[in-house]
Amino acid sequence: MIDISESVMQFLLALIVAGPLLGAVAALLPAPPGLRGKSPEQAVLRHGVTVTGAVLVAAIVLALGFDQDHPSRMQATTDISWIPALDVRIHLGIDGISLPLVVLTALLTFLCALYSYFNPPKGPSPKAFVALLLVLESGTLASFAVLDLLLFFLAFETVLIPMYFLIARWGGEGRTRAAWKFILFTLLGSVVMLLGLLLIGIKAGTFDMVALATDNGRSLTSSVQVIAVLAIGIGLAVKTPMWPLHSWLPDAHTAAPTVGSVLLAGVMLKMGTYGFVRILLPVAPDGFRTFAPYLAAFAVVGIIYGSLACLNLAKKGAKGDLKRLIAYSSVGHMGFVLLGIATMTPTGVNGALFANIAHGLITGLLFFLVGGLKDRTGTTDLDALAEETGAALYGKAPRLGGLLAFAAVASLGLPGLAGFWGEMLALFGAFEPAAGLSRPAFLTFMAIAAFGTLLTAAYMLAVVRRVCMGALPQDMPELADVRTYEFAAWTPLVVLTVVAGLWPKALLGLTDPAVQQLLAGGTR
Amino acid sequence: MSALAQPPVANLVQSVDWLAIAPPTLTAVVGLVVLVADLFVPEARKPLLGWVSVAGLAAAALLLLPLLGHDRSTFCLTGATRACSYTADRFTLVVQFLVLGGALLTALLSITTLKDGNRRYPQGEFWFLLLSSAAGAALLPASRDLATLIVALEVASLPAFALVGIRHGDKRSSEAALKFFLSSVTATAVSLMGVSFVYATTGSLYLTQVADRIQHVDGQLHTLAQTGVVLTLVGFAFKTAAVPFHFWVPDTYVGAPLPVAAYLSVVGKAVGFSGLILVTVVAFPSYADVWGPALAALAALTMTVGNVAALRQQATRAYSAVRLLAWSSVGQAGYLLVPIAAAGYTRDAQKAVGSTVAYALMYAAVNLGAFAVAAAVARTARLNRVSDYRGLYARNPLAALLLAFFLLCLAGLPPGVIGLFAKVTVFSVAVDSGLGWLAVVMAVNVVIALYYYLQWAALLFRAPEGEPARHRLPAPLTAALALTGTLGVVLSGAPQLVLRFAGTGLF
Repeated sequence: MIDISESVMQFLLALIVAGPLLGAVAALLPAPPGLRGKSPEQAVLRHGVTVTGAVLVAAIVLALGFDQDHPSRMQATTDISWIPALDVRIHLGIDGISLPLVVLTALLTFLCALYSYFNPPKGPSPKAFVALLLVLESGTLASFAVLDLLLFFLAFETVLIPMYFLIARWGGEGRTRAAWKFILFTLLGSVVMLLGLLLIGIKAGTFDMVALATDNGRSLTSSVQVIAVLAIGIGLAVKTPMWPLHSWLPDAHTAAPTVGSVLLAGVMLKMGTYGFVRILLPVAPDGFRTFAPYLAAFAVVGIIYGSLACLNLAKKGAKGDLKRLIAYSSVGHMGFVLLGIATMTPTGVNGALFANIAHGLITGLLFFLVGGLKDRTGTTDLDALAEETGAALYGKAPRLGGLLAFAAVASLGLPGLAGFWGEMLALFGAFEPAAGLSRPAFLTFMAIAAFGTLLTAAYMLAVVRRVCMGALPQDMPELADVRTYEFAAWTPLVVLTVVAGLWPKALLGLTDPAVQQLLAGGTR
Repeated sequence: MSALAQPPVANLVQSVDWLAIAPPTLTAVVGLVVLVADLFVPEARKPLLGWVSVAGLAAAALLLLPLLGHDRSTFCLTGATRACSYTADRFTLVVQFLVLGGALLTALLSITTLKDGNRRYPQGEFWFLLLSSAAGAALLPASRDLATLIVALEVASLPAFALVGIRHGDKRSSEAALKFFLSSVTATAVSLMGVSFVYATTGSLYLTQVADRIQHVDGQLHTLAQTGVVLTLVGFAFKTAAVPFHFWVPDTYVGAPLPVAAYLSVVGKAVGFSGLILVTVVAFPSYADVWGPALAALAALTMTVGNVAALRQQATRAYSAVRLLAWSSVGQAGYLLVPIAAAGYTRDAQKAVGSTVAYALMYAAVNLGAFAVAAAVARTARLNRVSDYRGLYARNPLAALLLAFFLLCLAGLPPGVIGLFAKVTVFSVAVDSGLGWLAVVMAVNVVIALYYYLQWAALLFRAPEGEPARHRLPAPLTAALALTGTLGVVLSGAPQLVLRFAGTGLF
């Protein structure tokens, strides 16, 4: 949109990746005079807001400078040799697929930092909290910006330790177990993924994603592709998570602090699906085609399974936890994303990428809202909240109730909001899958997934009924309505959800050319 | 060196390249000097001996610099066939650097331990033994004939037995020394028998000649040669602490003074794996189908047993921190063996073993660092339990951060970037040579290992029990921590510094 010279763009992208890391180191050091603030705690939380804010600004400027007429071209690229022995290069760059994810990550982390500034996490000193948050941001941004397989693995691993500590130190009930489950599951997945990445790199002779995508699997035999896709796919599927490898997710979400849940659902799950699109689809298409029907089948099972689990949690007397319910709904939503990818068609993959962003916005908002609800009522247990007739949030705190209803309706995929387009495009893709994939099978998957959207609507509406509606008791306890800082943290998500729902072309125009190119083998 | 230029009569006399053999020689000489000086130095001045040893080791390491760039050989046969007993090539220099650097850090740790030990340690003997063992360990990678190899192995091991049992009036210490001694001597004896079998079948002790002649062994002697190859490996596998030759490790580490345990875990392993590399890749390349699978099985077994045992350590048991480090070093030995095993499956064997060297350099830096923190904690908590590390961050933030960093390097997770990439090289060698199953076993082991490393690291940042008592670290310990910490951080930024050995041939 605006013309920015290439070297400035390069600098901006490098800043986005490395800036939070430097910020994390700075957070551990004592504050310099003049920046001490009211107390060390306040100073370090403010430091977090400053750094994430700067990164967000850089990301927005990068998006403005991005040449939107050629979103399939890698832009702001840097390519420096780092470890020649392993052929690892610091190769950074963004295209239409990664740009929205980079901006989403920068935005969500900034909102999280802002939220924490006014509502400090309950636990040990916020110093470490801010440092870990920044390392987490750096790792996530790096995984969307790097174009080298081993660097991608490094970024993938970078987020593990900060997330472990965020859950284990600032989490709620059952946090130790949940944190262990999270890190052991994902590490096992990512080490297996490493084996697949090495296999591809060694057989193809390069770890460069752009070169590999252009090669489009021509220098890999189909047996190598099949093994590599299986190994890498398992690692990515754990992260996404795909049913039946999802069991770490509900525990992690339930135990994590609000900010941890928002980032986990909002951006970290996307690293898995992004890997599918960026690595597996273009690099090993033959191997992917072999597994695509199975991936679609697991995805569809995940949609139904997630919805049924949510329905069960939303029932009266089930002692369902709201955070756990949203976590299971994530399993369902990521099922749509995986189904879209498995179709191997531009429509499906575009839908998947759209659903990715939409899920980040909506689920991030949902976790914020539930966190706010927990601050006020002290519980996320549906039965405890709803008591006999319902929590009557509309009466007690009308704005909070309204926002919750909005997020729930967006999550179930109401047309006109962000959740709709991604799922619909994924279903469209399944209606006519790529050549070589069994159409009857995908038609069946489509039908089941469409049924899943009904189930989603059912449990989301049940949640709204039980939390927002209900009879107002006479001696109504005071419940603070949405505070100013909460408005500040949540409004961007609401606005973007509406914008993405009404103007999907803004996003699809970016992803579509890049997806077309990836599917066509890097050259078009 | 200048054999051709000499008159024919002088041909019978081997010329000696003193510069090439300077690093191990200087170490041994300083050891003798310290032993003699001990007789004349008054009790109050004894710490001086330690600093002399540190200076000697540093000087020996500096003497490696002029050797860089070109290969030198000495103690060569003067006949028609050229074969040398001592070669200073890239491999030698890298391993000598590792050994001397490891011994230097051990010496830094020991100064504090000896000072705190209140005359329970005989100082002169301690330094003499440490330096002689280091001299043997530095000689080993340069040895190019089987006799020198065995002699170097013994020179490195014999002082180590005494070092383990050096604490006066400590029953555990002498028991550990005896256990270590008996099992080690058995292993060396088996190795010697293997060497004699190989000599019987080939008629030579020079590695290059053995490699040549063992391909054309008489059919009848074939089994003998095979047995010889396998038996020769045993002694070195023992020093690496590979399963099933590992049982001495936990008790020996716990019984030995802490710096000696650190020394065994790094320099002892370097002796083991460099011997294994020389024997397998240089001497018996044609028998790769024998030692390749054997070492692969050994590697898988070693890492699994080591990591599972480390996992089962109870944090509240006495000396559990040292025990955990001991078992973790067994697990790490398994990773070190993977590239050597892979060398048996690939055509470019020399490149494969480069990964072992690269991994060992990373391991040496971070493991010595972890031991340095353990030594610092042991000054206040005599029992050195893992649970004593709880709340270390509140007492000594820097030491806690460093230990967490070292542990994550050992686990191979960021921020321990160098640990991660060292593991990646090992994985990539395994995948490259088609040892997929071993790579999968190693992948599972990495996850198991993460559990205990991270558990320990997380403990450091928990709220301390009771009032945190701060105390100042003595200068030598601080120096050791600073050295290893800087190494770890610099390598994490520029992994190429050690990983380049994984990219090219070393011989």
